[in-house]
Amino acid sequence: MTLELRNVTKRVGVETHIYETDLTLATKGFNILLGATNAGKTSLIKMMAGLERPTSGEIRFNGENVTGVSTQKRNISLVHQFFVNYPSMNVFDNIASPLRVARESRKDIERRVHEAADILKLRPYLKRRPAELSGGQQQRTALARAIVKDSSLVLLDEPLANLDYKLREELRDQLPQLFADRGAIVVYATSEPSEALMLGGHTATVMDGRVTQFGETSGIYRTPRDVATAQVFSDPPINIASAQKRGNEILLGETRFAAQGPIAARPDGTYTLGIRPHFVTSTPAPNSAAVSGTVQVTELSGSESIAHFAMGNDVWVAQSQGVHAYDVGEKHDFYIDTTGCIFFDGHGALVV
Amino acid sequence: MPRWLVPTLYIFFLMLPIYWLLAMSFKTTNEILGGFTLWPQEFTTENYRVIFTDPTWYWGYFNSLIYVTINTVISLAVALPAAYAFSRFRFTGDKHLFFWLLTNRMAPPAVFALPFLQLYSSVGLFDTHIAVALAHCLFNIPLAVWILEGFMSGVPKELDETAYVDGHSFGSFFFKIFVPTITSGIGVAAFFCFMFSWVELLLAKTLTAVEAKPIAAIMTKTASSSGYELGLLAAAGCLTIIPGAFVIYFVRNYIAKGFALGRV
Repeated sequence: MTLELRNVTKRVGVETHIYETDLTLATKGFNILLGATNAGKTSLIKMMAGLERPTSGEIRFNGENVTGVSTQKRNISLVHQFFVNYPSMNVFDNIASPLRVARESRKDIERRVHEAADILKLRPYLKRRPAELSGGQQQRTALARAIVKDSSLVLLDEPLANLDYKLREELRDQLPQLFADRGAIVVYATSEPSEALMLGGHTATVMDGRVTQFGETSGIYRTPRDVATAQVFSDPPINIASAQKRGNEILLGETRFAAQGPIAARPDGTYTLGIRPHFVTSTPAPNSAAVSGTVQVTELSGSESIAHFAMGNDVWVAQSQGVHAYDVGEKHDFYIDTTGCIFFDGHGALVV
Repeated sequence: MPRWLVPTLYIFFLMLPIYWLLAMSFKTTNEILGGFTLWPQEFTTENYRVIFTDPTWYWGYFNSLIYVTINTVISLAVALPAAYAFSRFRFTGDKHLFFWLLTNRMAPPAVFALPFLQLYSSVGLFDTHIAVALAHCLFNIPLAVWILEGFMSGVPKELDETAYVDGHSFGSFFFKIFVPTITSGIGVAAFFCFMFSWVELLLAKTLTAVEAKPIAAIMTKTASSSGYELGLLAAAGCLTIIPGAFVIYFVRNYIAKGFALGRV
């Protein structure tokens, strides 16, 4: 099965929500839409669901044009970021709703609802109303409604964003199994790069209404096509700075280090350097180049220390293993692992 | 000052007129006019007997209840789709239209009494229940739309979308899912329609003569050559309070929710 967006755009009034987009999604693994809030993920999902019509372009399902087909006729499931259930019905009726509309037999409905409820551990709550459930249980009810029917397209719009940490981890582990072997195309929108990496599959990075890159998740993470993709797919944010290449050396402010990798073969000039925070640490290592900056903010996350430091006009983020004490306002030395540097040319495209 | 004093005084003064009305309804007119008595010296249910046996009296209640019910049904049936449109769609002039609806409540009913009387007389609707019910729609539909829109806007649009995704048609979604979701809003709207229509006297009196005469208008007939029959009037007054009290009892929880949403 394939879902194809062909030259799809979406404009509302004078605002453009989605610029011309081509995207072909398949059944293998999750299709992740990764992007910040307001990047256009929800617009894309609504168009895939048929809830909104694209301003131009076509949406094709298995090669068939479904652009104007109503949501009801598309056989899809959708889970929202906010827990949306029918408040007037109990959990059983909530899950059974799509089956009742499809006029399944009473016996079938009961069996399938119980199956879905067992998978999502909702068995004890079937008689309760959504308002009497915790957030996690409410979202599990919504997920149960999504898996109870054999839809060919499952759209998950940041389904874990409003859950607390523990529940999020638990459900995230369950999700891939839940939809494996169903033969459905699964689209999963998220704003967290780490979530995309954990779920694997394919990722489309979305920024300001454009899909900047689509491909295997780990591939995109390692070799983002351009600066925008690298920025979308990095948390904490990737450090971006302007650097000079002169001969076989890279000049980054007052720091110099040897050019290696694809950049070595490029002509001299100005390039954009990108380096993920975990390549910037407070301990020297072979291959590392020292930079120094004024520490502004520090965060400690158990096993990692994060420092935001000012270097020239840029603010950089360093992510070091272990606990390090930084004095805010003091100058501090950091070490860049030069093998982690990626370079972009004047148009923002990756140097390969 | 003891803590119970203020609430006690408050309730005392609040209940005093109602107690007085109730006490009067069990007195004879002579006792009422005769002097000051705190409770009926000569307890009588004669006043109530008159009301329950004389058709011109008890039909007053039926007439009132009939047009109030018709009005509430019409108002809700019209206001539900209107409020849905205002809460879910953006169209040219939607905000102006919404405000214009409310301005209908700003004009005093007396302004409309004459045109309504003339209009209904010429189309043969004068002195019918439907005439009063329709006239009251002028005030109740805007109110119901206003209240329902508030409740509907409190329901996220995602609920509609989820229903469509599940395969519900619009009608199925609206009646099986949406209406049950906003029952408290419908309860509040129904309550206000009922109350406004129940207490409105001017239009109801102007547009009726015999067949559909409301109870409040019938009360004026107790004036006779021997003066007012105050006991009878008090009994009729007591009975008039009952339907309102009933309705308030049933929707009291919804009203609290309505206040919380800031639309009542």
